[in-house]
Amino acid sequence: MPVSPANLTGHFFVTGDPLIYGADASILLASAAVVFVLTYYKKWRWLWREWLTTVDHKKIGVMYLMAALLMLFRGGVDAILMRTQLMLPNMKFLAAEHYNQIFTTHGTIMILFMAMPLIFAMFNIAVPLQIGARDVAFPYLNAISFWLFFFGAMLLNLSFVIGGSPDAGWTSYPPLAGLGFDRGPGENFYLLALQVSGIGSMATGINFIVTILKMRAPGMTLTKMPLFTWSVLASSILIIYAFPALTAALALLLIDRVAGAHFFTMTQGGNAMMYVNLFWIWGHPEVYIVVLPAFGIFSEVFSTFSGKRIFGYTSMWLSLMTISVLSYFVWVHHFFTMGAGPDVNSFFAVASMAVAIPTGVKVFNWLFTMYRGRIRFTVPMLWALAFIPNFAIGGATGVMLAAAPADYQYHNSYFLIAHFHQVLIGGVVYGMLAGMYYWWPKMFGFKLNERLGRWGFWLFNIGFYVCFMPLYPLGLMGMTRRMYVYPAGLHWALLNLISTIGAYVMGIAFILIVIDVLYSIVRGERDVTGDPWNGRTLEWSLPSPAPHYNFARIPAVASRDAWWAMKEQRADDLNSGRQPEPLQPIHMPKNSGRPFILGVFFFVGGFGAVFGWYLLAALGFVGVLFALLSRALEYDTDYYISVEEIERTETALGRS
Amino acid sequence: MAVAQDTVERSVRNGVPLEYATADGELKIAGFWLFLSTDLLLFACLFSTYAILRTNTVGGPTGAQLFDIPGFTTETFALLTSSFTCGLATHEMRRGNRAALIAWLAVTVLLGLVFIGFELDEFISYATHGAAMQRSAFLSAFFTLVGTHGAHVSLGILWMLTVVYQLAVRGITAVTARKVFIVGLYWHFLDIVWVFIFTVVYLTGVLK
Repeated sequence: MPVSPANLTGHFFVTGDPLIYGADASILLASAAVVFVLTYYKKWRWLWREWLTTVDHKKIGVMYLMAALLMLFRGGVDAILMRTQLMLPNMKFLAAEHYNQIFTTHGTIMILFMAMPLIFAMFNIAVPLQIGARDVAFPYLNAISFWLFFFGAMLLNLSFVIGGSPDAGWTSYPPLAGLGFDRGPGENFYLLALQVSGIGSMATGINFIVTILKMRAPGMTLTKMPLFTWSVLASSILIIYAFPALTAALALLLIDRVAGAHFFTMTQGGNAMMYVNLFWIWGHPEVYIVVLPAFGIFSEVFSTFSGKRIFGYTSMWLSLMTISVLSYFVWVHHFFTMGAGPDVNSFFAVASMAVAIPTGVKVFNWLFTMYRGRIRFTVPMLWALAFIPNFAIGGATGVMLAAAPADYQYHNSYFLIAHFHQVLIGGVVYGMLAGMYYWWPKMFGFKLNERLGRWGFWLFNIGFYVCFMPLYPLGLMGMTRRMYVYPAGLHWALLNLISTIGAYVMGIAFILIVIDVLYSIVRGERDVTGDPWNGRTLEWSLPSPAPHYNFARIPAVASRDAWWAMKEQRADDLNSGRQPEPLQPIHMPKNSGRPFILGVFFFVGGFGAVFGWYLLAALGFVGVLFALLSRALEYDTDYYISVEEIERTETALGRS
Repeated sequence: MAVAQDTVERSVRNGVPLEYATADGELKIAGFWLFLSTDLLLFACLFSTYAILRTNTVGGPTGAQLFDIPGFTTETFALLTSSFTCGLATHEMRRGNRAALIAWLAVTVLLGLVFIGFELDEFISYATHGAAMQRSAFLSAFFTLVGTHGAHVSLGILWMLTVVYQLAVRGITAVTARKVFIVGLYWHFLDIVWVFIFTVVYLTGVLK
């Protein structure tokens, strides 16, 4: 039901909660501070020309990373608030309604606005450099992807001060999320924000598949590709063939809510389980979308810091591809309790357990890569090492949950909560933090401080186990997810208290990681070689940070671990005195402000649709069409960098 | 741009179609094929929703009562013919005949408009006879599936018009050829989706 402006006047701004007032105040103060700093240092122009209009994959990657860390903070605060409410029996810290909103936004943000941009950050930072390309296949589209993600995230985050947050869980099942139980605009914020950012994710998937399949350096056949690039290929294939199901599910729910249709209203012939099925046809591949790139990062890290080629390269990419196929055949395990019958449940149980096989192959390959290697215990390596026991436990509990008859006991209990946090934090977050520490010098030209990094790592890892191990027994003792309060006398109090302490420790660890970043900006060890880790793949052949055209000459690749081979080859080349090929002018895309403006129009249109203000929604839609039209009629989209300029840049970077 | 022009001439001499002559054109066509495969999945989700809900009429009108055989047959002929004329446009583009290319694209757009006209007329007549999408789950699924296809066709018409304009201004170049080719792929794709709508929705619907 559209909310008319008349009955909104009292509810437009969320009122009555001191936490929200605090958030209002801090949003205003932070915005004022940003505006002041940009104005005082005259940086507006710099911001627009260098960042908001950029189509350079390296800068887009950095923006994804910053946005993802901000969202990690937001989702983390949500988690801390929930754990505080559950610390003791009968707590009165959060009211039921507020608690519902917080677990909804926590899940939504962590999956869609933290994990997704974090993997996209790594895609953008590493893939073109690893395959010897000058950018992605569609740099302009890449910028659009980022801005759609960004404005989608803004739309969702706006809900908690304007209109009210969504509160039907991150899965947003009808009928709970339908009009009958949830009239407020919060649910519309969820639906529209996810659609807007979903378009961006689809475009990223297409972009990276084409980039990887069509733009590899000469000689780099698929089976000579770095494993991170393989994992991005697998993940991108999953993105483009899973997201349409989410788009459909969200669109149908939105049509139900806005146009009064009956896809999910039982009394009018609808079927709510249709939503649940569509949602998880996307939802299960989604967990592999975010975890496969983490597997790719671990492969790079284990190999680099063991000083060895990866063990079992062929089985590594085969298992990546096997997991991506299997992941489409497991979605029903999210709701065995639907009652589809023994045959259907058996099929999905067996398929789910089968995922453990290729995953196990990967784990053993990582272990064998380290076997008899010269292991360096750097921070990225610590995160990678800690991932292994995490995933062993998470995988084992996953197989337990996949046993359909037993799942009737575990379903929606804290056992499940503990399991998926173990694989998502232990897999994705550990992987992305490993990747962040690993590629940081490539992005910024300096290393993050190892000492602070180790403190952050150990506190986070210990905090993680303290926080999540108690949740397994709590689940078996009957504590179900999404309960906002529990009575005394159930023997739950001690385990909950321990878990909350663990959550606080993880919060402190996050602050330490942020301090590490800030400290290293000032004091971090500068990377003058471009190859601070003695790396094996092509990104380490470039200066740090890489020039905007990446490669002055596209490298010719002869084997896996191309840069390692080149380093071994280089001694011979120097002796033979062979001259490098002459430079050629480089063809590059021009910057454009339109992706940003397109994002603004999507935001305006989405905001209008949330409140049923159709004039505003139409304005946004027309704006989107005009932006697309003006791009279609734009022909002057790229330029050439002259040989002289390349020579100047290369000389300034100490290369010739 | 001298470099790019050389590449184009060389590829065309070697028998590579103009739209594939530049690296950029080749990448964009590959990307668009991928996009089409994702759009196909979006329709697959809507089809499966329709298949689940199509008998849930809750006492409201059924497909057999609503669907007008001459109406949807005309629509189908208009759209299938437009796919053929779109193919002729590509053919003329390969021969370098701009006037014929634009003419066939114009015919395609007109047939598309005929299709949309019939569909709108159908939707309005259902809605005014108590068969709007709020009536039953069947009608929700019907309007969403067929309407999504109609929205795609409408967008395709607008898109094709901008391509015609660019052809008129710039002639057949590697860039405009790529644009004609891609909008053509989109148009044929919508035709294929319609074949399924014709079968799954209309033919199955009027069968007893």
